[in-house]
Amino acid sequence: MGKHYLPNLPQMEEMLREIGFSSIDDLFSDVPEGMVKEFDLPEGKSEYEVFTEMNEILSRNKTVLDMPSFLGAGAYFHYVPAHVKYLIERSEFLTAYTPYQPEISQGMLQALFEYQSMMAELYGLPVVNSSMYDWGSAIAEAALMTVRLHKGKRKRFVVPKALSPERKAVIRTYTRGPGLEVVEVPWDEKGRLDLEALKNVVEDAAGVYVEMSNFFGLVEENVREIGEIAHDAGAYFVVGADPTMLGIFEAPGELGADIAVGEASFLGSPMNFGGPRAGVFAVRNDRKLVRQMPGRIIGMTKDADGRRAFVMTLQTREQHIRRAKATSNICSNEALVAVASAIHLASLGPKGLRELGEVILKNTTYLRKRLSEVAEVPFDGLYFKDVPVRFDVPYDVIHERLLERRVHGGYYIGGHFPELGETALFAATETTRREWVEGLVKALGEIIGEAGV
Amino acid sequence: MFMQAKWDEPLIFELSRPGRVGYTLPKPIEDVEVEIPEKLRRKSKLDLPELSEPEIVKHYTRLSEMNYGVDSGIYPLGSCTMKYNPKINEEIASHPGVAYIHPYQDERTVQGALKIMWELEGWLREITGMDRFTLQPSAGAHGEFTGVSIIRAYHLDRGDTQRTEMIVPDSAHGTNPASSAMAGFRVVEIPSNENGTVDLEALENAVSERTAGLMLTNPNTLGIFEDEILEIAEIVHKAGGLLYYDGANLNALLGKARPGDMGFDVVHLNLHKTFSTPHGGGGPGSGPVGVKDFLKDYLPVPLVGYDEENDRYYLDYDVPKSIGKVKEFYGNFAVLVKALTYLKTLGREGLRNTSEVAVLNANYITRKLKGTRGYELPGKELRKHETVFSAEPMKKETGVKALDVAKRLLDFGMHAPTIYFPLIVHEALMIEPTESASKEELDAYVDALKRISEEAYSDPELVKGAPHSTAVRRVDDVLAVKRPVISWRMYRELKERGEIDI
Repeated sequence: MGKHYLPNLPQMEEMLREIGFSSIDDLFSDVPEGMVKEFDLPEGKSEYEVFTEMNEILSRNKTVLDMPSFLGAGAYFHYVPAHVKYLIERSEFLTAYTPYQPEISQGMLQALFEYQSMMAELYGLPVVNSSMYDWGSAIAEAALMTVRLHKGKRKRFVVPKALSPERKAVIRTYTRGPGLEVVEVPWDEKGRLDLEALKNVVEDAAGVYVEMSNFFGLVEENVREIGEIAHDAGAYFVVGADPTMLGIFEAPGELGADIAVGEASFLGSPMNFGGPRAGVFAVRNDRKLVRQMPGRIIGMTKDADGRRAFVMTLQTREQHIRRAKATSNICSNEALVAVASAIHLASLGPKGLRELGEVILKNTTYLRKRLSEVAEVPFDGLYFKDVPVRFDVPYDVIHERLLERRVHGGYYIGGHFPELGETALFAATETTRREWVEGLVKALGEIIGEAGV
Repeated sequence: MFMQAKWDEPLIFELSRPGRVGYTLPKPIEDVEVEIPEKLRRKSKLDLPELSEPEIVKHYTRLSEMNYGVDSGIYPLGSCTMKYNPKINEEIASHPGVAYIHPYQDERTVQGALKIMWELEGWLREITGMDRFTLQPSAGAHGEFTGVSIIRAYHLDRGDTQRTEMIVPDSAHGTNPASSAMAGFRVVEIPSNENGTVDLEALENAVSERTAGLMLTNPNTLGIFEDEILEIAEIVHKAGGLLYYDGANLNALLGKARPGDMGFDVVHLNLHKTFSTPHGGGGPGSGPVGVKDFLKDYLPVPLVGYDEENDRYYLDYDVPKSIGKVKEFYGNFAVLVKALTYLKTLGREGLRNTSEVAVLNANYITRKLKGTRGYELPGKELRKHETVFSAEPMKKETGVKALDVAKRLLDFGMHAPTIYFPLIVHEALMIEPTESASKEELDAYVDALKRISEEAYSDPELVKGAPHSTAVRRVDDVLAVKRPVISWRMYRELKERGEIDI
């Protein structure tokens, strides 16, 4: 099978003869004898058979359309307007590669320039690259960048303890080789970054990282103060922010960030079981910072006729030129995911992004209010998307009973944060519905009642 | 004659008109009062465009018309394997069972997703001859970083703390040394021999008790098969190093030969090259990493497991010496779905046919173009999936450079080859037609390159002034570096100060 993808298959003999070969084996005569072998693989299938088979497999998944789900913890069910998917599936975008030939790739270049521009508005920092793999790897690259900015003389990177375990794991992997020390700062009694604890570890730090809403969903009130502590110690300040909150919350750049990171796929992309995603990476317009940035950057310039044109720029930072001395090894990134987020952002506009943020904030607040009727929300404060809920019943019992009622509960975090006990994160977005929350609260009440505690 | 759309399309910000909306949103469940603390409330300007949906659709449709993809015509970008992206792949990846599942769902509710990952791993194991795979890395370079991190963890675990050097041939992709450096290695570059393959003597001299491994692509970046691969493997292994396979060029060997049988210990693959998933204008891709059994305990977590007795798939976090994670969650799942769809369609024979035709096409171009004035074929003639010519004679004789040839090709409605790579070939034109180009397209490509040669010797200014038929003329990349304009915000400020006239 697969012959329908191979125009020259019937002409092979003719083409071989034309260039002076007698058989296809001649073309592989340089592969050592005995190395060529028959593979133990299934036979190919017709498109119809593959279609039915893949559909059958995928139908075994239960989607968030089949059952209410309260999962968040770094991946969220947002609605993606139909025209976003339609546009990024234009084959001129979808089937192109990195715009190495700018003259014939202006469409993608402009779309990525516009992505950089919209993220620059959201994050309040004018220099944005055209995407990293995801939020987690963007933080890791930011950590490495702060060390480069200190010419390797400082190797400590400070992160909150209340950070996604996924992101912590990525940071650890990226920083191990270059020998960085990653230090975690605990949360205080209100669940926010403990400023006193930060002051104790900030000395000699290359960078300090904080998220505008932490892993527990708590809005970090003291972002600006944390930045001041970092800067006073000579460290760079790296701020993570969910782009869906930036219509109503202040831009990281205005709060003192030297570098800002985030997750672009929260706009324009479905969850896709966690990927593809796209990391936002933005910095101040400071040559020193820009020169140390990882990733592809699109710039505006002129063509030979003096007309506006776009091109990949500042490439002397990159691996194909600097090789071992490059700022990063990244080349392929998540360009189309970035464009999807830009199309979604352009559709929302300033008013829509504000409204989206407000709806999420209100729904989170509502979810929190209702959940606190049946269980304990450990920290008092403002929550965005995630809400931690502590139960007296083991969470796996709650999870099982909810699933029996065709409701998917939250993400258990007691394993990562034992001090929080039987706590799970429940999340709301603009997609959360009243009947889901009511069903959840009712079910939780029954389950807790049955458990007799 | 080819003529690309020239829309003079403004920036989306310039199309903005106050009050227009392009969205709908559900109302909040309850209009609860929520107070954002004063110091966190957004006060700075949010200059996003305001447009209606039809305007947005027109804007991006016009932009797409000023972009060239695999579906537009031949796209023989060397080492990028720009093959046809089957539409059934996209259809399957649009299934709600892909889009609407959360990565933290209970395993019982995502059995289909885990089965897809498990099955894909099975295919990749057999195709490469490796024992276990992680599907987590998002791209080739990401896979390289993962792979060399595994090599590092392996040596350290054995107490071999002095193995800090990664050997990389001078013909390697730039990502190889960059990934090694990121993982904390010192990079040792070795020269290639006159055939562009590994110089065994240079390799012998480079290996030592400090050698962690050798990164190699086979066929190499000239498209030449490293026929001394078994000797290479022996030298590296004898020195205590491991052999890393950069899978960028695997399209030459599908269903024919396997890196695992050549002595490679770690491989990364590029699903967006070899396995037909679209490149998306620069991503998302996917860069799975496979290892031999003795390295499986170092793979990132989680792996996908299958409990045969209970017919259940699961995420396996029990990887004792894991390097950790290189990405949140499990990888670019939607891309994995596309690759598996492709593999199921092709099957064993389809894979073999694919490589045979890909190799035939590259050799067809090699033989047809060879001898054309101005182009030179470095290294030995027999190629695998790609071929590299040098335009050095043309440059010397006419002043027309590889860059000019590339730009002139665009005028014929054909994408340029990769240029100035590999670095060991001056004025390199690296051509990878892939199996999906028809004979007629190959002939037309060769004809275009021959015509450009004639033009170079008769009317060099025509070539140096190319392209003429694309959305914009030759782009000034020097200006872009000298006066960086990276965002609308920067543009607006320059404009207000009268420092920019575009």
